[in-house]
Amino acid sequence: MKVVAWLTEGTWQACVDAAGAVPAAELTLVHVIEQENIEAVRGPRAGLLGRAGPPGGTSVEELLVRAEEALLHAARGRLDRHADAPGPRAYRSVRELRLRGRAEREVVAACADADLLVLARDGDHTRLGPRSIGHATRFVLDHAPCRVLLVWPDEGALPPRS
Amino acid sequence: MGSAVSVIILVAVLLFAVVRPRGLPEAVAAVPAAGLVVALGLVPARAAVRELGALGPTVGFLAAVLVLAHLADEAGVFRYAGAIARRYSRGSPRRLLGGVFVIAAAVTAVLSLDATVVLLTPVVLMTAGAMGVRAKPHVYACGHLANTASLLLPVSNLTNLLAFAASGLSFARFAGLMAPAWLAVVGVEYAIFRWFFADDLAAPPRPVPDPVPGPAPRGTLAVLAATLVGFGLAEPAGVHPAWVAAAGALVLSVPRLARQPGEAVRLLRAANVPFCAFVFALGTVVLAVRSGGLGTLVDRLVPQHAGLLGLLGTAALAALLANLLNNLPATLMLVPLARSPALVLAVLLGVNIGPNLTYVGSLATLLWRQILHARDHRPSTWEFLRLGAATVPACLLAGVALLWLGLRLFGVS
Repeated sequence: MKVVAWLTEGTWQACVDAAGAVPAAELTLVHVIEQENIEAVRGPRAGLLGRAGPPGGTSVEELLVRAEEALLHAARGRLDRHADAPGPRAYRSVRELRLRGRAEREVVAACADADLLVLARDGDHTRLGPRSIGHATRFVLDHAPCRVLLVWPDEGALPPRS
Repeated sequence: MGSAVSVIILVAVLLFAVVRPRGLPEAVAAVPAAGLVVALGLVPARAAVRELGALGPTVGFLAAVLVLAHLADEAGVFRYAGAIARRYSRGSPRRLLGGVFVIAAAVTAVLSLDATVVLLTPVVLMTAGAMGVRAKPHVYACGHLANTASLLLPVSNLTNLLAFAASGLSFARFAGLMAPAWLAVVGVEYAIFRWFFADDLAAPPRPVPDPVPGPAPRGTLAVLAATLVGFGLAEPAGVHPAWVAAAGALVLSVPRLARQPGEAVRLLRAANVPFCAFVFALGTVVLAVRSGGLGTLVDRLVPQHAGLLGLLGTAALAALLANLLNNLPATLMLVPLARSPALVLAVLLGVNIGPNLTYVGSLATLLWRQILHARDHRPSTWEFLRLGAATVPACLLAGVALLWLGLRLFGVS
């Protein structure tokens, strides 16, 4: 069974836990770096009309790639801890997919031949608010071609009592 | 005829500054353009020299502040600020946003918006990455606060420096009049950011063990604080604040130069002499435009009275011009046309808050970046524009309202 897990900062831990528990899964961990983040750093520099000078030190892309690598490394570590627990390992194989572009569209494209998409909500249990799903997650939920498993990022806690 | 030519020359200078073919400094186009304008008789030579003289202390001030920010970075002030923000937020994105707002507002006010955009933003990006939270709201916050938080002091922005002399206010008076507006604008930005980025900020706090922040750069922070106090005290003593900034930069640079004389080259580069030449040249070209038809038109549009509506109209006009041209030429054009200190401050509100609408500061830069990125992933500018459309009108209204209140309280017109 092909399982895609979309990892985003702050909520990926629950995603990895749920994906790792699916039996006989061929797991793909997906992370997207959005161009908007790069532009948000570069854009205002352009508006300084040259006062910024040439960009020195590590570039924005490098910083974002480093953070991405740290996240994927931590995700693998978490999966391995589940595998070391007693009992047979649930998932069969793991690979990583690093994407660039608009997050929601890249994730939907990555699910093209998947059987299951594991997705974390953006909000948590602390408030009984109307939205626990942001607009990117909503887009993926509306357009994913496969089944979707939606998890709370603070899995283990109960939903708020109404 | 003359006014059309001067406008064309100004547009050419701005386009060159935006496009920067082969990475050449803007002065390469601006200085010949200024010479051309004088040679064509669009500006009498004597007026040009007078303009240069008026701009002199401002440009010196700017160079000193740029060196000060560079030295603060070398001493690790921004890295320390990032570590403090991380400690304070304890893994929560919402608390981090609050910390970023406080730090970015302080850095912009004291070390100018250049320091926030060039030096603080990468630190915030790294801090967010190290904490494992989504970087987007915090990085956008730096970009926005670089503009809006630059209202407070004359040092905070080159536009303020350019207007400071014309306003006739003292350093302390300027800060006092702008302080309520500054607080209101930063508060409005925070509220809008919490709403706009609610999804990205809603992740549950995950405290990651922090590395112990290194020792605080106490010496540098003390010198910065002393410089700040010096700005306020300089004027009653008859000293231009530029000398205070230069003194602060000197105090910080002497120990470094004693250790590494080669550092002098880097300091000189930090002072950005080509950009100073650009400001001089731009001032001359804008003088020509002001004397022509466009200047008369803008003069007619600028409100005469500093009532609430007059202030609002001035700020709106300034914001519009800043988005069309860029905030520097807009300031150079509007400040001489503003008849009273109150209107000068309203112009500053407009040129400092307005650029958040097009996150790159002007439509020309925005279009150019779209063309640049046509081949690879084009960033969706809709998000920036929606955020700008949400923050700019609200900030302008709040800022003008509190400026008006402050003016009435202080009895300035």
